[in-house]
Amino acid sequence: MSKKRMMGLFGDFEEAHDAIADIRRNEVPGLTVDDVTMTSPIEHPEVEEVLGERPVHIQKFTLFGAIFGVVFGFMFLAAAQASFLVQPQGGKPVIALPSNIVLMYEMLIFFAVWLTFFAFIFLSGLLKKRSSLYSEKVSLDQVAIIVEIDESIGESVKGLFEKHRVLEIREEAIR
Amino acid sequence: MTMVTEKDINEQIAWAKINTDVLKSMENPRPAYWVTLAVCIAMVSTAVVAEYIQYTVGMGTANLNNPHMWDMYIAAFVFWIGMSHSGTLLSAILHLIHADWRKPIYRFAEAMTTFSLLTAGIFPMIHLGRVWNLYWVLPYVSDRGIWPNFRSPLVWDAFAITTYLTASMLFLFVGMIPDLAICRDNTTGWRKKLYGILALGWIGSDRQWRHFRKIYLLMACFLIPLAVSVHSIVSADFAMSIMPGWHITSFPPYFVAGALYSGCAAIITLFILLRYFFRFEDYMTLPIMEKTAKLTFAIAMVWTYLNLIEFASVWYGHDVYNKELLIAKATGAYAWIFWIMLFCGSVLPFALAFRKLRRHMPTMFVVSLFLNLGMFFERWMIVAPTLSMSQEPHQWDIMYGSIVEWAIVFGSFGWFGMLFLIFVKVFPSVSMYEVKEMVFHRKRSAGEEDLARMTDHAKPVTQTTGGGSA
Repeated sequence: MSKKRMMGLFGDFEEAHDAIADIRRNEVPGLTVDDVTMTSPIEHPEVEEVLGERPVHIQKFTLFGAIFGVVFGFMFLAAAQASFLVQPQGGKPVIALPSNIVLMYEMLIFFAVWLTFFAFIFLSGLLKKRSSLYSEKVSLDQVAIIVEIDESIGESVKGLFEKHRVLEIREEAIR
Repeated sequence: MTMVTEKDINEQIAWAKINTDVLKSMENPRPAYWVTLAVCIAMVSTAVVAEYIQYTVGMGTANLNNPHMWDMYIAAFVFWIGMSHSGTLLSAILHLIHADWRKPIYRFAEAMTTFSLLTAGIFPMIHLGRVWNLYWVLPYVSDRGIWPNFRSPLVWDAFAITTYLTASMLFLFVGMIPDLAICRDNTTGWRKKLYGILALGWIGSDRQWRHFRKIYLLMACFLIPLAVSVHSIVSADFAMSIMPGWHITSFPPYFVAGALYSGCAAIITLFILLRYFFRFEDYMTLPIMEKTAKLTFAIAMVWTYLNLIEFASVWYGHDVYNKELLIAKATGAYAWIFWIMLFCGSVLPFALAFRKLRRHMPTMFVVSLFLNLGMFFERWMIVAPTLSMSQEPHQWDIMYGSIVEWAIVFGSFGWFGMLFLIFVKVFPSVSMYEVKEMVFHRKRSAGEEDLARMTDHAKPVTQTTGGGSA
């Protein structure tokens, strides 16, 4: 059975929220909230009430970056200091922990921040070509719901969108 | 009758108008914008000529000689590092405590951080004299296998500032992505191409917003300790030495407070300029100016306290060198700078305690400039007197800097201004999506409050148009 994407553009968040709530209540058989993506001009954390809580894993990369930063920082400094014994030490140890801790702390943040950034780009689906269903009105003041559906339930989805005063509907085939 | 404070922003403002106003600002500023940009370019040109003279003649033209091996350039370096602090640090703190009044002003404050750091970074190179060897300041291994001394705070500086610059730029960039998408969707020509690349394909999906919320929070959490560590490390350039006037326990918090203070004062200056240049009266409102001014006043009082505690600990510590230096600062050749510093830093901020003055833009503009003059003098008073009067009396000398040195320092303000003004012309200086969020949530909570009042059969709130809390 062929599939397609359908986008409904709504005038405000409340209408879009109610439309997703109806999908959650199985008002269109064969369509679940897992098939739904909402695009909006601002962040709406309250949409998770109807979309369900979806996982975010950025913090794992942050933790990895932080640990890597500390370990790399220590190894880098210790290796550099240990290979440079001609430097006058003034009675202090060759690998001086108190001063290295300052630099390890900076490296912790450096790597944690960069890994967080790369994780954000990777996990949030950036750097992809925008679909033809993207509406520039979303960057202004409208909210869009995009669903992936079987052709057979297209009319039911349209009906649901229209019930919630959809402003515009667009479709594209999934190849 | 219930008294309601004046609103930070008009909640009825249409989202389309927010887009239009901010996008228009990038196309059509007032003529004063171009005049200011021209002045900044002229200042940079002066500095370039001065640097050329210093480059060809030598460091003697800058009066950099024993005992003044550090002077105006290092004071300017500390000043610009300090200036960088308020933008990102305050933005991050206010984000974590959900102070939504930051939303219309945080973008330019964060940009201020980036350009202050880029300005600060120039001074170690200029101070080195041999600018063609500027890469020597970086911590890398030389041809002979020699590493820099990692125990030196000067090397810590290189690490800390690099980390702060990259993290601040990422914080600024990440916060701009949704706005860059708005710009992409509403511009043509080279701008559309530029914003299209920088927006990274942002479409505003729930997945993107969810990750955006998380990365912004995580970065804010990292930037707060990072900002504190950077200026603590800059203070360590002085405090780790045994020079009188520098070897002081309270230097790290003193530097951090000074940094926040000068940054806040600069935010006020730029707030007023941008509000005028780009006709941002609907976004950079008087209540937001008042809040920024109150914050500046609070930080000014912290800075004043840290000065007093430093003076007291020197006095009661009874170290002869430190005490003599303190007396010399207050009564010697640098006394006029010392007292101007204290006046601008500790007395003048009391102007911010008066509501009428806080709401008067020309007054606030002048006050903010004088606050930063005081903060520049503070950095000079950290560097110069100690070098003038260290432990060896035969080396004592007074130094006010040569015209070449002053021209380069003067030009650094032009350099900062030029970069900043170009930035606010090319990128949105007010965060459109966050102002929309602010309007959306405030309108919604106002609606909920009204509903609760009506349910309780309470009288509706009376709005006082000109009123507000002091």
